Amino acid sequence: MERRCRVSGTLNLLIGLAMGLNLLALASSRLPTLIGAVAVQGVVLGVMPLLMEHQFDWIVALVALGTMAVKGFVIPGLLRRAMRTASVDREVEPSIGFVASLLLGSGGTIAAVALSRALPLLPEHAGSLLVPGSIASVLTGFVLLIGRSKAISQVCGYLVLENGIYLFGLLLIHATPLLVEAGILLDVTVGIFVTGIIVDRIQRAFDSLDTRKLNVLRE
Amino acid sequence: MKPLLLILLPLAGAVLAAVWPGERTRPWLMPVFGLMHTVLAFWLLFDPPVVAPGAWLAFDPLARAVLPAVSLLFLVCAAYGVSYLRVRSERPNRVFVAMMLAVLGLLSAGHQARHLGLLWIATEGVTLAAVPLLHFNGTARAIEATWKYLLVGGTGIALSLLGSFCLSYASLHSGGSGDLTFVALAHQGAGLSRPWVLSAWVLLLVGYGTKMGLAPMHTWKPDAYGEAPGIVGAILAGGVTTVAFTAVLRIRAVVSAAGEGAIADRTLLAIGLFSMLVAALFLLGTRDFKRMLAYSSVEHMGILSVGAALGGAGVWAALFHVWSNSLTKGALFLSAGNINRAAGGRTMDQVRGMSIIAPQSAAIFVAGMFAVTACPPFGPFFSELRVVRAAFDAGRSGAAAMFLGCMLFAFFGLTRLVFAIVDGRPRPASSITSRRFPENASVVMPPLILLAFSLWLGLATPTVLLDAWTGAVAQLYLAP
Repeated sequence: MERRCRVSGTLNLLIGLAMGLNLLALASSRLPTLIGAVAVQGVVLGVMPLLMEHQFDWIVALVALGTMAVKGFVIPGLLRRAMRTASVDREVEPSIGFVASLLLGSGGTIAAVALSRALPLLPEHAGSLLVPGSIASVLTGFVLLIGRSKAISQVCGYLVLENGIYLFGLLLIHATPLLVEAGILLDVTVGIFVTGIIVDRIQRAFDSLDTRKLNVLRE
Repeated sequence: MKPLLLILLPLAGAVLAAVWPGERTRPWLMPVFGLMHTVLAFWLLFDPPVVAPGAWLAFDPLARAVLPAVSLLFLVCAAYGVSYLRVRSERPNRVFVAMMLAVLGLLSAGHQARHLGLLWIATEGVTLAAVPLLHFNGTARAIEATWKYLLVGGTGIALSLLGSFCLSYASLHSGGSGDLTFVALAHQGAGLSRPWVLSAWVLLLVGYGTKMGLAPMHTWKPDAYGEAPGIVGAILAGGVTTVAFTAVLRIRAVVSAAGEGAIADRTLLAIGLFSMLVAALFLLGTRDFKRMLAYSSVEHMGILSVGAALGGAGVWAALFHVWSNSLTKGALFLSAGNINRAAGGRTMDQVRGMSIIAPQSAAIFVAGMFAVTACPPFGPFFSELRVVRAAFDAGRSGAAAMFLGCMLFAFFGLTRLVFAIVDGRPRPASSITSRRFPENASVVMPPLILLAFSLWLGLATPTVLLDAWTGAVAQLYLAP
């Protein structure tokens, strides 16, 4: 019992760290910092399944390792490469200012904690910050998606959003069949590759990754 | 075995297309595999298999009521696709053909999915497989549309995953064993935790509603339909949206089993009417006839959503409308593609006098426009009439009045734009482009066939279809 308390304490610490990284992502004014924040968040998320297991499990370990590798290194690496080859300048260029984003993000975090009070949890998840962490990350992802104008920063926003959903998925780690999890992981990976290809096409067609230039189609 | 073949055959076709060497012969894979798929789907329509209750994938009554329509639409579009890819031989078609077939296979999986997670995987797969189809033209505008589709669609899909997780947690919370088939979830019924079910419903409706293109999540639709080739628009509007609709129906059944059916119906009604209103207003303003089709599709998704909110009779009418909308929209998109190529433009400022330049396509376009605005005797008239009647029977006369009002405005908007491009004297530039893309039987027959099907659905709805829709309603409303 004591061990479990300690473990969930560590888990909550990591979730808190991930929530802090959300705010860092909102506040970063340079693309490399933003990508870095998302990468660290990916690694933090990858560690979590290991803490939730009471004994060592190969499959969970593999999932954790895969998550860390993909979210922490592969995708950030791809984004950094896209940034270099496109030689975009490193400013984030927000359409929602940094202070406003931070206010939205921290307000969202408070709202997430308040909201998750209304949602009943299973006894083994009691006291865990998974639900507020998940909602806060989803909201942060939205702010980044809406409030940033470069394709790369929008992809970062999408990743934060997905990290939020991953946090929620940890509640179900024992319940969902492996097949479903594998399918979801596959879809997410393919999705990111497709996004990468499109980012590349945008770069070639518009000679820029500024999505504000994508404004021909409107009513 | 046959239900599984519906999924595996097109996927095998996609792999074959990816390795097929001949650029000129590759498009033929689409009608070949499409024909096999249609034969299988109609075989299963006439001879429905027995469904094991716990099956993850099965040709159940709901799949039986919808999937053959998608299959038929794909077959006709595939036949059109062969001649389309021949006139567009300057673009490589390997990815296009492979992804078209992959979309068909994943659509079949989505329609037949009876498991929450599997449904999400299939829908996400369809979304991703459609991406290369959208930027087939490779123009800057096509890439812009693809990016918007990817961002909006990706967010929608992510939210529906979150909603699926919420529903799974609701099931776990009430002592579920982690069995996420819709049958098992509905069986838990009122035991499902209420706050979680409601959050799941909101997220899933927003998520799958984005895929359907319900307002206000429809923003990707005009761009994507406007920039994609007509054949892709037809598949998206008639196939991809229906898989999201069946997903909504399946989830509504679970929410209703959990005792929240009234809330679910109210949200469906509100979002449906709002979509119709938004679509009607934009239809009055748009000057681009391919974007017009997108707004018309938003309107029809609204009609489906309103139908789904009105109980058994409404769902029956909505399933009827899935058929009439898919086939009629197919005819419109294909003929719009012909007009677009012949005229070399898409707005009413660039296009005039199509009844002289491309008389047959223009005639089909006008007839299709009357069909889609619910003029008798085409299919949509009868299915929309049933929706209205279901609304009056359910005591929702206010909703019915708004429904009819929106349809009237949509009719004004559509006729204004359609006659502006059909009538008048052709622009000189169009006379030159139209010589490059002359009308011939291979591009005129497919939309004509779809229009004929729509007419047939209206005049003499086959009893097997009536039976299939009734069966699907029974599955959704009488399941334990």
